[in-house]
Amino acid sequence: MPLLEVVDVQKRFGGLRAVAGTSLTVEAGEIVGLIGPNGAGKTTLFHLISGFLTPDAGGVRFSGEPTLGLRPHALCQRGLARTFQIVKPFHGLTVLENVRVGALARTPGFAEATARAREVIAFAGLEAKTDQLARALTLAERKRLELARALATEPRLLLLDEVMAGLNATETEHVVDLCRRVNARGVAILLIEHVMRAVMTLSHRVVVLNQGQVIATGPPAVIASDRRVIEAYLGEEYGERDTHA
Amino acid sequence: MRWPGLTALLILLVLPHFLGSYLLTVFIFIFFYAYLGQAWNLLGGYGGQISLGHAAFVGVGAYTTTYLAMTYGLSPWIGMLIGGAAAALLGAVIGYLGFRFGLRGFYFILLTVAVAEICRLVVAHTDALGGALGLFITYTGDPWQFQFSDNRYYYYIALGLMLASMGTVAAVERTRLGAYLVAVREDEDASEALGVNTFRTKLAAIVLSAFLTGVGGTFYANYLFSLQPNTAFGIPLSVEIILRPIVGGAGTLMGPILGSFILSPLAEVSRIYFARGGLSGTHLIVYGLLLITVVLFLPRGAYPHLRRALERRRAHHG
Amino acid sequence: MTVTLLGQAALNGLLFGGIYSLMALGLSLIFGVMRVINIAHGDMMVWGSYLAFVLALRLGLDPFVSFVLCAAALFCLGLLVQRGLVSRVLDAPHEMQILLMLGVALVLENLALVVFGPDTRRTESAYGLATVWLGPFFVDVARLVTFVLALAFALTLYLFLYRSDFGALIRAAADNSYGALVVGADVGRIYTVAFGIGAACVGAAGALMSALLPFSPATGFSQTVASFNIVIIGGMGSLFGAFLGGLLVAVAESLGAVLMAPSLKELVSFVLLVVILLFRPQGLFGGKTG
Repeated sequence: MPLLEVVDVQKRFGGLRAVAGTSLTVEAGEIVGLIGPNGAGKTTLFHLISGFLTPDAGGVRFSGEPTLGLRPHALCQRGLARTFQIVKPFHGLTVLENVRVGALARTPGFAEATARAREVIAFAGLEAKTDQLARALTLAERKRLELARALATEPRLLLLDEVMAGLNATETEHVVDLCRRVNARGVAILLIEHVMRAVMTLSHRVVVLNQGQVIATGPPAVIASDRRVIEAYLGEEYGERDTHA
Repeated sequence: MRWPGLTALLILLVLPHFLGSYLLTVFIFIFFYAYLGQAWNLLGGYGGQISLGHAAFVGVGAYTTTYLAMTYGLSPWIGMLIGGAAAALLGAVIGYLGFRFGLRGFYFILLTVAVAEICRLVVAHTDALGGALGLFITYTGDPWQFQFSDNRYYYYIALGLMLASMGTVAAVERTRLGAYLVAVREDEDASEALGVNTFRTKLAAIVLSAFLTGVGGTFYANYLFSLQPNTAFGIPLSVEIILRPIVGGAGTLMGPILGSFILSPLAEVSRIYFARGGLSGTHLIVYGLLLITVVLFLPRGAYPHLRRALERRRAHHG
Repeated sequence: MTVTLLGQAALNGLLFGGIYSLMALGLSLIFGVMRVINIAHGDMMVWGSYLAFVLALRLGLDPFVSFVLCAAALFCLGLLVQRGLVSRVLDAPHEMQILLMLGVALVLENLALVVFGPDTRRTESAYGLATVWLGPFFVDVARLVTFVLALAFALTLYLFLYRSDFGALIRAAADNSYGALVVGADVGRIYTVAFGIGAACVGAAGALMSALLPFSPATGFSQTVASFNIVIIGGMGSLFGAFLGGLLVAVAESLGAVLMAPSLKELVSFVLLVVILLFRPQGLFGGKTG
């Protein structure tokens, strides 16, 4: 049984069909990359999976259970955590206080949650900033904080939304490494990413979304040379050109 | 912060022996408004949900206790808890309506104002509660009826209330509710994604805040010996309540305390020196100017700035 | 409870509604342009009333003439408040803006209290007691003149906003302040003028109202609440909604006063506010929410 099943999910905003019948699965322990041009519906899909939006049609199952009607916090309790495309740190709180909120999801005891938070902070490489206010962190550090916070909720599936956007090469390497270590702990990851190199090296499988629909899915190597994918990103002529070359 | 705190406490404990009746009253109001401000602080400061209608909780608590005392002779010491519970119930209703319907920021403020005004008008039209004239408590001097001949008893009760509110908030700070409250204040969506039931968290905050405020209502009624709907439920009282934590530092433990020690003396001074011939309202001008100043220059209140200045001084000398 | 009686009440309400519309227009403009919630609105209005009162007392100016001066004076006050205070908190959280305006409201209301005392006043007007017949209804001339003047003011505002260059700039800034910045508009100045105009509306409304109803410093709070009631019903940020909302609310209040005890009227308006907040905070005409 897949950890996450998205079945023919649809969502429209007024006249715009943001997600037009998307299906995908994520198995336990997998890393699945979700790519596609801007406006393809990737973040909307995340909102639908994590309970921030309700699908107009279709359904999502997490651990075999339908998620319809469950608020995000309930899904988090069941082991589904997410980050946001534009990071949302708790600005007025320290890194420790930030991560502790996540830790409290599974560890109601205040002292134990604090201890767990410290562990996660160390794991994410943010130890030096433990008592710094979140608003004083650099973008790279905030992205890591966002990830650490979500990790502290002890998820089985982690949805990462463009966690590498805006980072330089070194910082991106660190995040890729962090994702690998998270996955090594048994956490499945579904990540939206535009940094192709990172997605291709990390993912076991890649799903390509365009205009709200899945146009291709498979291992990274296959996807990279898929004509439809190239077309979607670069336009029709490039698709033609590349397959002839 | 241990030694200065204990010293201050000690001073406050022995102060009544040195103060005359007037100054005693000033301190009683400092402690009492600090208490109410601290109760508000839970919802408004820590929780980030600003309410401009907290007087409603004072009024509900006050009227409940007084009505029970006058009609059934119930001791206000017990009535206090019932009054608090009644206020908590009102808080639950406001919270449920406001948070379930997604009212935030200004719309939530407006809801609290509207509810407070509705309470005021309903009570003013209810003869059983004294109507617009209000209720008057006859003086018996019976401690069991929460009446004392000596002002000093009120002093210690008010001090006790203030310390109790501080203890409550300090305790909440160290629990999951406290951590969740500030998270919700900072970012509701992020909190939800981290497993925080934002609705329940906010509801818990308003119920607790309302309960504490309602208990304060009993003190209010029995110290003033009278209750009028316009003063007990009115906006001026709500403003007095929020000013302490806002000026002192919303979301901090010492904020309302500091705020009260700044504001009450200020109000007294302006009442004495500016309000010649019984002109009321000058202290409110001072309040208004203070509010403007705080928002423009000290948006997080006096306490955070004070603490930073003290830390810098300590770093220099240490 | 004859139809004529109800019709009379409705007519009275409608004529009074012009003032409500002006009040609401001012508030809606300020919110629509810079997203600021002017809690000091009612207290500014009271100063408009006091100004008209003093001008009538000292210079014998009829409020139906002096309201222009009051509008101008409040315009200046608005400019000062925006320049000196509001502009500094435009990027601050909404709660901070509200607290700032609360401070301004406290200062304005209690300054009026200190200067004029707590007694209620009413401005003398030449049309004070005159009435005319309009079919089966009799009309307070004062009320009629107020309505016409309020309408004229609103019309002038409309022409300014929709027919002049600066008006277009204001509307642009209201729609998209970044966009306006990009095309080189001096957004700071636009905001200042917009706030001033909002204050001017309420100054005019206050002056006109002072001839019809008694007022005191304490009236400020209820005017603020009434303004917000109207704007929320009509839709925050929608000028058309504010205008229509003002007329609607005035008629409803007038009918309400006839159908039930006057003291309950306030209660009804607060309950109505709660209902609207819960079920349709964006008002009857949509409009942008905070």
